[in-house]
Amino acid sequence: MHTEIIGVVATFIATVLLAIPLGKYIAKVFAGERTMLDFLAPAERFFFRVSGIDATREMDWKENLLALLTINFVWFLYAMVILMIQGSLPLNPDHNPSMSPDLAFNTAISFLVNCNLQDYSGETGVSYFTQIGVLMFLQFVSAATGVAALAVVINAMKERTTDKLGNFYNYFVKTITRILLPLSVIVAVIFLLNGMPMTWEGKDTITTLQGDTVQVSRGPVAAFVPIKHLGTNGGGFFGVNSAHPLENPNYLTCIIELMAQSLLPMALVFALGYYLKRRKLAVMIFSVMTIGFLLLTIPTIMLEVKGNPMITHMGVDTYSGAMEGKEVRFGAAISAYWSILTTVISTGSVNAMHDSFMPLSGMNQMLGMMVNCFYGGKGVGILNFYIFIIIAVFISGLMVGRTPEFLGKKIEAREMKIAILIALLHPFLILVGTALSSYFAAHDTAMGWWFSGKASGWLSNGGYHGFSQMLYQYTSSSANNGSGFEGLSDNNPFWNITAGIVMILGRFLPIIGPVAIAGILAKKKYIPESAGTLQTDTATFGLMVFGVIFIIAALAFFPSLALGPIAEHFSMH
Amino acid sequence: MKSHIFSAIRLTVVLLAVCCLVYPAFIWGIAYFTPSHGKGDTVEVNGKTVGYALIGQSFTQEKYFNGRPSAVGYNAAGSGGSNKGPTNPEYLAAVQAAIDTFAMKNPTVKKADIPVELVTASGSGLDPDISPEAAYIQVPRIAKVRGISEDKLKALIAQHIQGPLFGLFGPSKINVLQLNISLDHTK
Repeated sequence: MHTEIIGVVATFIATVLLAIPLGKYIAKVFAGERTMLDFLAPAERFFFRVSGIDATREMDWKENLLALLTINFVWFLYAMVILMIQGSLPLNPDHNPSMSPDLAFNTAISFLVNCNLQDYSGETGVSYFTQIGVLMFLQFVSAATGVAALAVVINAMKERTTDKLGNFYNYFVKTITRILLPLSVIVAVIFLLNGMPMTWEGKDTITTLQGDTVQVSRGPVAAFVPIKHLGTNGGGFFGVNSAHPLENPNYLTCIIELMAQSLLPMALVFALGYYLKRRKLAVMIFSVMTIGFLLLTIPTIMLEVKGNPMITHMGVDTYSGAMEGKEVRFGAAISAYWSILTTVISTGSVNAMHDSFMPLSGMNQMLGMMVNCFYGGKGVGILNFYIFIIIAVFISGLMVGRTPEFLGKKIEAREMKIAILIALLHPFLILVGTALSSYFAAHDTAMGWWFSGKASGWLSNGGYHGFSQMLYQYTSSSANNGSGFEGLSDNNPFWNITAGIVMILGRFLPIIGPVAIAGILAKKKYIPESAGTLQTDTATFGLMVFGVIFIIAALAFFPSLALGPIAEHFSMH
Repeated sequence: MKSHIFSAIRLTVVLLAVCCLVYPAFIWGIAYFTPSHGKGDTVEVNGKTVGYALIGQSFTQEKYFNGRPSAVGYNAAGSGGSNKGPTNPEYLAAVQAAIDTFAMKNPTVKKADIPVELVTASGSGLDPDISPEAAYIQVPRIAKVRGISEDKLKALIAQHIQGPLFGLFGPSKINVLQLNISLDHTK
């Protein structure tokens, strides 16, 4: 067991050590400084010329948002159309059918918003054309959208008064060409060397040693999995995601996939510090995030390594931990680490089935998504954290009797209203969705067109755990995470549509809000620091931010967690 | 507004070409230089393909080392775990049944020595591995069925243990298919 713990610690340390230089590099890309990938500049200029875009023209926050939303809408339409006709398109060797409109709606939204909730299974639900041409495409562009939005916000935090906040297209394209594509190629080569397939051939039929005839699904996996993690997307090529032996062949690829998903969210915090030349601020943010992450990770690893007490009670050897839903080649420790990492950042890929984790581990996974900014998703994690900073500045300002200021800009009523609305949106979406579905399940309502049969039929577990399955689904949708308690029958109009709506609102409003706040603040007069300025890069202020996160994110959800995972935990003893 | 729509459509086409044509074609080109040409590594016995190296197979016969329970019966046309919660009564009954079945097939084994992974389903339903303990515990049964000495089987298992990565990171494991192929060649 100790080699499993060493594996986890080494993975975490290696990721942080790599994230620091990468953050410096990203800051240079955003600032337009010289980097070693400058040879790509002619290609980028060519892309802009073909698209009729002047990437040097600085835009205000409204126009940047308009550009972001417009191109996202184009991708949505493209994805919907292809998903609904994929059955008649090429590159479909397994003859998988086209999607129903409600499933296509859910899937298109899901990948567009970087959520990657999957109500289908990769082996039977999509063609290779869809995997590469739609889903992988959206994995690249949705990640770059988040980073570009963050770049606009960071640009707005500079010490000056302006309404020119850079160019969305410039940040967006460079995120793909300078960051995501080069890293994807490196990671893909490592995967290929470890036996991950990259083929356009369909299922293979073999006769096993024991004489059974089985089929084996394959596909262009090695191109798909790198960006799935680097973009914190998390949508699996196969149904069981990175628990599948072809999507995650061994312990080394497990470490690489863990590093790939957490590298950029961490690096972006350092990029903020380098870009603004405010390293103390970056250290404060990173420390709060890391403490929150470890507070969720350590208990989860302990619970999973200890095993399921109800199985221990049966008298077998639970030395290897809670192995239901986990793979022998990974073991309990790194699977527990993965389950928290993938939920604090918005990846949502899994290497073990979350539905079968211990109840309190499941709670920690949900808390990771409820907070949604301990590192957080590509770009949007820091945007969420930014909202909490704004609220913390305001509260601290009131407490000590100083004007609330952040980086030399006064925070006033308009910004506060936006911040509070965005902070409350997340609990609102999750709790309303869960309440609605629980009502139907508890009354066992006949759902008609929305679900074939009675509502309790969508749960694979009764009691507290059944409630957790529904709570998890909306939490994952609103946090744009995409992992699930997969026992929930979610491929039906009720879940496809309600989760789809939660996903759109949970994506675009938390991007629009912070960009708007940053844009409004950037236009205000810059007030140089004085003795009366509230220091926002100190440990005290970090504690304050942590307190705000705890109160807003964690306590808002406490009653629902008490009904689900906490009640289930106590029912075990 | 109008200019953003046309720019968005044109940029989308450009990026489709870069991310969905150039990038996967490049990776596919590199895959050609791997031993399996990217089609997945297969395992052959006497020139006949008996499986994929990374994909677990169902071994239920008593003469073979048995793998873990699978929620999808090791059918790699799909994949899946049980997705049962840890306190689900049906699930706990299934685990108890798996323990009883194992104890019946391996009467000399003490219940306290049965490793939990032999009675719980994997996440993928295609787990190719078991722990070394899970292999050693099946030795008496296989020795009896095949008439091979226990020492010989233990030596065979020892040869097939894959230790932690770089000797430092992660668990030890045994690939069940490889072990059983060697077992078929042992007299």
